[in-house]
Amino acid sequence: MDASEGRGAAGPAAEVSEAAAPPSEAPPIKPPADAPPRRGFSRRRLLGAGAVGIAGLGAAAAGGYVVSDARSGARSGGSDTAAAIPFRGTHQAGIVTPAQDRLHFVSFDVTTESRADLVDLLREWTKAAERMTAGEAAGALGAVDGPIEAPPQDTGEALGLPASQLTLTIGFGPSLFDRRFGLAAKRPAALVDLPAFPGDDLEAARSGGDIAIQACANDPQVAVHAVRNLARIGFGAVAVRWSQLGFGRTSSTSRGQATPRNLFGFKDGTANLKAEDASLLEQQLWAGAADGTPWMANGSYLVARRIRMHIETWDRTSLDEQQAIFGRFKGTGAPKTSADADSAEFDDFEFDTVTGASEPVIADNAHTRLAHPDFNQGARLLRRGYNFVDGSDGLGRLDAGLFFLAYQRDPRKQFIPIQQNLARVDAMNEYVKHVGSAVFACPPGLSRDGYWGDTLFA
Amino acid sequence: MRISRPSTVLVLALVGVTLAGCGSSSDDKASGDKKGGPVSVAATDTSCKLGDTELDAGTSTFEIKNTGSKVTEFYVYAEGDRIMGEVENIGPGLTRKLIVELPAGSYQGACKPGMKGDGLRTALKVTGASESLGTDAQLAEATASYQRYVKSQTTALIAKTTEFVAAVKANDIEKAKALFPVARTYWERIEPVAESFGDLDPRTDARENDVEPGTEWTGFHRIEKDLWVTKDVSKDGALADQLLKDVQEVVTKSNSVKLSPLELANGAKGLLDEVATGKITGEEDRYSHTDLWDFQANVEGSKAAIAALRPTLEDRNPALVKELDTRFAAVQKLLDAQTTDDGFKLYTDLTQAEIKQFATAVDALSEPLSQVAAVVAQK
Ligand SMILES: [Cu+2]
Repeated sequence: MDASEGRGAAGPAAEVSEAAAPPSEAPPIKPPADAPPRRGFSRRRLLGAGAVGIAGLGAAAAGGYVVSDARSGARSGGSDTAAAIPFRGTHQAGIVTPAQDRLHFVSFDVTTESRADLVDLLREWTKAAERMTAGEAAGALGAVDGPIEAPPQDTGEALGLPASQLTLTIGFGPSLFDRRFGLAAKRPAALVDLPAFPGDDLEAARSGGDIAIQACANDPQVAVHAVRNLARIGFGAVAVRWSQLGFGRTSSTSRGQATPRNLFGFKDGTANLKAEDASLLEQQLWAGAADGTPWMANGSYLVARRIRMHIETWDRTSLDEQQAIFGRFKGTGAPKTSADADSAEFDDFEFDTVTGASEPVIADNAHTRLAHPDFNQGARLLRRGYNFVDGSDGLGRLDAGLFFLAYQRDPRKQFIPIQQNLARVDAMNEYVKHVGSAVFACPPGLSRDGYWGDTLFA
Repeated sequence: MRISRPSTVLVLALVGVTLAGCGSSSDDKASGDKKGGPVSVAATDTSCKLGDTELDAGTSTFEIKNTGSKVTEFYVYAEGDRIMGEVENIGPGLTRKLIVELPAGSYQGACKPGMKGDGLRTALKVTGASESLGTDAQLAEATASYQRYVKSQTTALIAKTTEFVAAVKANDIEKAKALFPVARTYWERIEPVAESFGDLDPRTDARENDVEPGTEWTGFHRIEKDLWVTKDVSKDGALADQLLKDVQEVVTKSNSVKLSPLELANGAKGLLDEVATGKITGEEDRYSHTDLWDFQANVEGSKAAIAALRPTLEDRNPALVKELDTRFAAVQKLLDAQTTDDGFKLYTDLTQAEIKQFATAVDALSEPLSQVAAVVAQK
């Protein structure tokens, strides 16, 4: 599926047909058993390949075909956690792609003042990203085949590792749309600066940024390798503003996945948008040309929040109170309104149910009630957050929490009202603190020859 | 990679360091075919007048007369501050001669009263026929040019270390503190060369935690701690003498070592690595917090090595040269913003945001610098 089909002048009709089509990030097609062997220099094949002669290098350097060939060869079943996820498509990979196990998220400040340099970087990044998501080295000469006097083009720590379903997803922050690059008029209305929420304790050094890249993979080494190499390519044009490692995905973005647990030990985000909900995704996840920002059609808006959890005080809280705060049972994840014995996570919440004392079973300030679509004009999010533990904080407490990532069609109608609701009264607020915050416009997926951001910089 | 010396060796020898006073009776062997006389350079504490600014390609002789009150130096720079020739230590009232071969091109003559700063510069235009240099000749000239730079730095290093040591031994703490970052400037500019001589570098420049068990901690930083922390250098006489002796040995070796062009390239990168790991973190001068002096010196030393390689880089990868120029300038701009009357702000007075800016600029410069060696090595 070529992204150009769904781009640009595509009217509502085109959008409807897109909606009916399976999402481009659906499990990729397995190659036939007799598929030709891959050419080029696979990261995973390099170790066994031994010394590669000059002729081989020339061939690798000469051809874009190496990349595309490697990509098509790399396709395999979506359930194969080592496989490659296609990089190009109508939408960027890494949004409805079944959430991988690990995350390295990075936010950059653009340091160059030249628009041309920035576009050059985006092109360079696109090449490297496409290579790495296919399981290749960041540069054509890889980690060991370049001239010995030069630093290797790839840092090498992912040599021998498979693609591990690596996805790299780019987003542009509000600050990019200032005067520097002539983008002010292209800033989407939906890319608002988030308002100050009650209780926020934001650190500038963990917030904002001109450009974000989300790297998700099933192997942390692969995700870190990708970010490290992209950062390196970016030296001189961008500087890392902050980054966040995540493990233990806290949400599922596909019905094939179970809802995992956050560091409070609870299932959360059960009502998450899922890859299979095609029409809901069109409604709530993907921006459309008609939203007022044509270059964002088939893109999405990302809100990132670093939510520190007061783990130690939570762990001293009774089970009863913990369950009351969530409005769920800790064991099954079922709503507190379900019969404890045979209830299940996906039971409907019955928010009107009251106890004998006429108290609602799910309290007015329970987390699930406040976050539920029923109390937010039906607004939903596609969450793909991760747990984090960044060691300890020097006071002997875990520096841990949830790195919340949520994609949506319009933060003004989705994340912001939901978070305003939560920030005001959520019983969980006593145990969490939002310390980092950022919002990004994630452009559509890439056409065959497209580069990251081409619809914006066109 | 072996560099063979070209047959058309560019004689850039620093001949003519004739002793002062005896004026200009020229020893014109090297510049015999030069029409017109030597170029007179009238140097004072505030001016630097050249008798001629349009020269013919070939060998030129400069005669520098210092009528000022400060010791001065004279340099001829090519583009990118590549040193074509230099004469140092021209005391008040002295006249010295510099003979240098200049192919057609644009140059600058510079006096440096007080041996500091960029110098008082005058543009020089050299026209006429000049042989173009082959690759090997170019690279041989690169190492020769860089070695002239090393020589200029080591001369000042000895002078300033001697003053520093004298202040320490005189128990003049304030004076020693003032001289500490100055003496180190010359050290830090040529650090990749200086640190290539076994344990001389650790003896001279080790930080407290770098000292191997069983080894005595000596050198600049040991005295730094006594100056700033214990505030007592009364027992440091022997340490100071040892420092000067070690520095002298480093200088002797630095001036005789034969460097390869690849070593220039790697040294240029190594200096910025020093900045990234030692200066940006404030580790280097952890007692005096004069890290920005070292930072500046490392950048200058790196720039000097790149300047020496410039003709080769221009031929082979002009885009890289352009990028290096831009990135060097960006780092320098940040450093300039932190200068004070007598040098630089203390590291401890920098904000986290300023340190981040430095780190970003250094990363941006180091990445293209890391590409230089491969360009130099390519055939
Ligand atoms: Cu929640």
